Amino acid sequence: MDIIYSAKPLIAILVSLFVIPILISSRSDNTREAWTFVAAILKFIIIASMAPLVLKGAQIQFTLFEVMPHLAIKLKVDSFGLLFALVSSPLWIITSVYSIGYMRTLKEHSQTRYYCYFAMSLSATIGVAFSANLLTLYLFYEMLSFATYPLVTHHQDQEARSSGRKYLLYILGSSIAFVLPAMLFIYIKTGTFEFVPQGFMAGHFTHGTLLVLLLMFVFGFAKAGIMPFHSWLPAAMVAPTPVSALLHAVAVVKVGVFCVARVITGVFGTKLLLSTDLNTVVCYIASFTIIAASLIALSQDGLKRRLAFSTIGQLSYIVLGVALLSPLAVTGGILHIAMHAFGKITLFFCAGAIFAASGIKNISDMVGIGKRMPITMTCFLIGSLSVIGLPPCGGFISKWYLVLGTLEAGKMFFLFVLLVSSLLNAAYFLPIVYRAFFCTDEESMFENTVNEVPTWCLVPLCITASISVILFFFPQPFLKLAHMTAQTLIGG
Amino acid sequence: MVQQLPALLIIVPLLTALVVAMASWISPRLCLPLTFSGLALSLAASIGVLMEVIAHGPVTYTMGGWNAPMGIVYVIDYLSSPILVVITSVAILNLISARKSVEESFPGKTGAFYSLYILFTTGMIGIVATGDAFNLYVLLEIAALTGYSLIGLGNDRAPLASLNYLFIGTIGASFYLLGVGYLYIATGTLNMADLARFMPQMADNSMVLFAFIICMTGLFIKMALFPMHGWLPNAYSFSSTAATGVIAPLTTKVMIYAMIRVGLYVFTPAYIFNTLHMSKAIVWVAIAAIVMGSLLALAQKSLLKMLTYIIVAEVGYMVGGFFLGNRMGITGATLHIINDAAMTLCLFMAAGAISYKLKDDSFASMKGLFRKMPVTMIGFGAGALAVIGIPPTCGFFSKWYLITGGMEAGQYGFVAALLFSSLVNAVLFFRIFEIAHFEPFADPHDHHHHGHSETVNEAPLSMVVPLLVVAAALIVLGIYSGDIVTKIIQSAIPAGIV
Repeated sequence: MDIIYSAKPLIAILVSLFVIPILISSRSDNTREAWTFVAAILKFIIIASMAPLVLKGAQIQFTLFEVMPHLAIKLKVDSFGLLFALVSSPLWIITSVYSIGYMRTLKEHSQTRYYCYFAMSLSATIGVAFSANLLTLYLFYEMLSFATYPLVTHHQDQEARSSGRKYLLYILGSSIAFVLPAMLFIYIKTGTFEFVPQGFMAGHFTHGTLLVLLLMFVFGFAKAGIMPFHSWLPAAMVAPTPVSALLHAVAVVKVGVFCVARVITGVFGTKLLLSTDLNTVVCYIASFTIIAASLIALSQDGLKRRLAFSTIGQLSYIVLGVALLSPLAVTGGILHIAMHAFGKITLFFCAGAIFAASGIKNISDMVGIGKRMPITMTCFLIGSLSVIGLPPCGGFISKWYLVLGTLEAGKMFFLFVLLVSSLLNAAYFLPIVYRAFFCTDEESMFENTVNEVPTWCLVPLCITASISVILFFFPQPFLKLAHMTAQTLIGG
Repeated sequence: MVQQLPALLIIVPLLTALVVAMASWISPRLCLPLTFSGLALSLAASIGVLMEVIAHGPVTYTMGGWNAPMGIVYVIDYLSSPILVVITSVAILNLISARKSVEESFPGKTGAFYSLYILFTTGMIGIVATGDAFNLYVLLEIAALTGYSLIGLGNDRAPLASLNYLFIGTIGASFYLLGVGYLYIATGTLNMADLARFMPQMADNSMVLFAFIICMTGLFIKMALFPMHGWLPNAYSFSSTAATGVIAPLTTKVMIYAMIRVGLYVFTPAYIFNTLHMSKAIVWVAIAAIVMGSLLALAQKSLLKMLTYIIVAEVGYMVGGFFLGNRMGITGATLHIINDAAMTLCLFMAAGAISYKLKDDSFASMKGLFRKMPVTMIGFGAGALAVIGIPPTCGFFSKWYLITGGMEAGQYGFVAALLFSSLVNAVLFFRIFEIAHFEPFADPHDHHHHGHSETVNEAPLSMVVPLLVVAAALIVLGIYSGDIVTKIIQSAIPAGIV
């Protein structure tokens, strides 16, 4: 494997931090938002420019500081990290377009602060994606927690305050209480933190210690939303919708599963987990979350809350896929990061568009809304299909690999979990679409005239919905990257 | 020149103190520039010595040419040189930051204040630089007496708090002196290196045992180790922020230094960690300090009081880390002296700026502070993250070594206490952030315009700039903590400790 030393990953991380002083000092809203685009587009270009090398099997590395003897803040771009970065960075561009429409339509306050912390969150997200060792990962993980807090509490009212409190309590509390000691313990015993394909834990720990450490990581990275450490996510829905869309459907939550996946594959390693059968424990935990979250989602009337519980369930698909540790399941799990991202962000954009256009938050008030906002609701349908995992949407492909993966691993129980969950997904999404379009005039709560949201909001959600469909036909480069990741990690 | 630097370190500020006192009779306006240049020279000297130590090893200076063990020697080695830089930098940064509030709080007394200020700093420098156990006591009293008067200059309740501190502080210092007296009876010398040489033959001597107990108790009182912390919260919160800004970051930390110095270089590690079986018990006291300090901090309703209890908890970190008795723990304790001084300085400077503007430091008065004083709050936030222990701030790295040390020593109680304290610190600071960020709550009907009513009313530049410098230093110290540990601290710890 070729290793290339380049500062590109660092620049990709920092580009959005450098833009913050410019954002603060911008005199008009237009310049501020123009600079956000400059940063977002630059970030995407830099990340995309690394793709050809990584697709050829090379790895890009960069070492910053040696903060402790033999332990550096180090960046590495491999296929897994690149896939995650390639999902988040273009979505930032699209979300910025959407933010302009949403924030201006609702005349939100403190927009400069909002754009600054958004830029900071993206830096942290890409930082997690490109971390080469556990310490760097932890650093960016915590940075993301703090950068997103002012976004979650944007409205600065009583509800935002209690939600913000819950958000930090879960995310910061679990990382300090579980991840930090587990990291330190591993460091003392092994003396290394570097992610390597077969992990570095073998031979240092007893079976029981391994189990405890594994659970400390799985629950400690609470951003992954594994039950019972999930309830920060529905609470975080008080944030403005673009935040929920990019951060709480893509960046933050996927940082959580990304961390769990990195630790399972890069710290513990496939062979060790398979030989001790500890991965099955994680599979059962994830399965419980999948089913429970889907059942709770059924009962939610707030659209964003229903989406949040759906996200919790879908995140555990990824964890389940990785924890099954068969090549196809890992491919499916990792691919699901991309597929779910595009589907779920579409759904959130739609929820925000409905709120911005009509002020409606609850599903029970959305009867007949399809006649008023046909484009939005069509995109909602596409997003739903992708999340349920039906063709012709990208979500089908990742779920297909997941299903094959359960068969490959020979664990029929988890196949059953996936199928039941798909049915539940359909049960909580499709009625929304059905009621939006098919109702009698008496039932309809809206006038029959088309009244869509401003273009700034509408275009982004059409783009993400189209990408969800396109990914079904052309799943590259995500599929290739997921394959490569599965191959290096599992060797299958 | 380099050979004279240790003397300059002490003599320059000592003489400046006199000059400042005299200059105040001529014109009070001369005092600040004089104090500043005196401290600047000491800072330059301390950096020079640090460079020299890193390049060529420890520097020894014999005062007046009287050789040890008869004369007094100043030994600046890997342990003391970084602390000296910390002391002089803290003093000079706080001096700049405190100017406005000194002029406002002590009209007509600025000369006295600056003179005491620099004398206090001299005492602190001396404690760290000296290689003589009795001389350490003398300088301890210089620092303490000036400290009492600086604190006494505060608000109406400060004189009583200062008197209380004086009583307890004097008891502490006397204990230490008594301990040194016993050592002198047992060995006939006061020079630290000389004392350490006698130690192996003295392992069974009960007088040495008694000296150890009483010396350490004295130092524990002076550093406010729980449950001997009673003097600290009032003394630090009723005094002027100009004085606390230098006293709070330095006093407890320098006492920790004295503990490490006396422990490693007088009683020797072999004696305290192997011969005696007290370390475990002391670590448990430290655990109590961490837990109780954190809990008491939770109970406070004003910023300065809360910060003082955080100091009580932090003292527990360092005492516990040292008495773990392994290399990681002692590294953590030593590194934390530097880091905690910087963190405490940052927080007290921010608190100084806040109370300078608001004339109040209760939590209730901090509503809307993010909008009123955005830059100060950035500095405060950086300090808060460091105290919680979030990378890449320096607080994370010292905590890292301390926790690692705790795990290696099998002291899981200490590990749990550190994690607990981190979580409590997160709660403490986010409680303030919440008040400053969310309150006052807006009128629900005026959803989109709330918060705009508060206008920016930032502290003066002379407060904000040093604060931001310290905030940046917290991150720089974090990033370079690897170098600090490998190039300096590792050499400060005797080779026998693993």
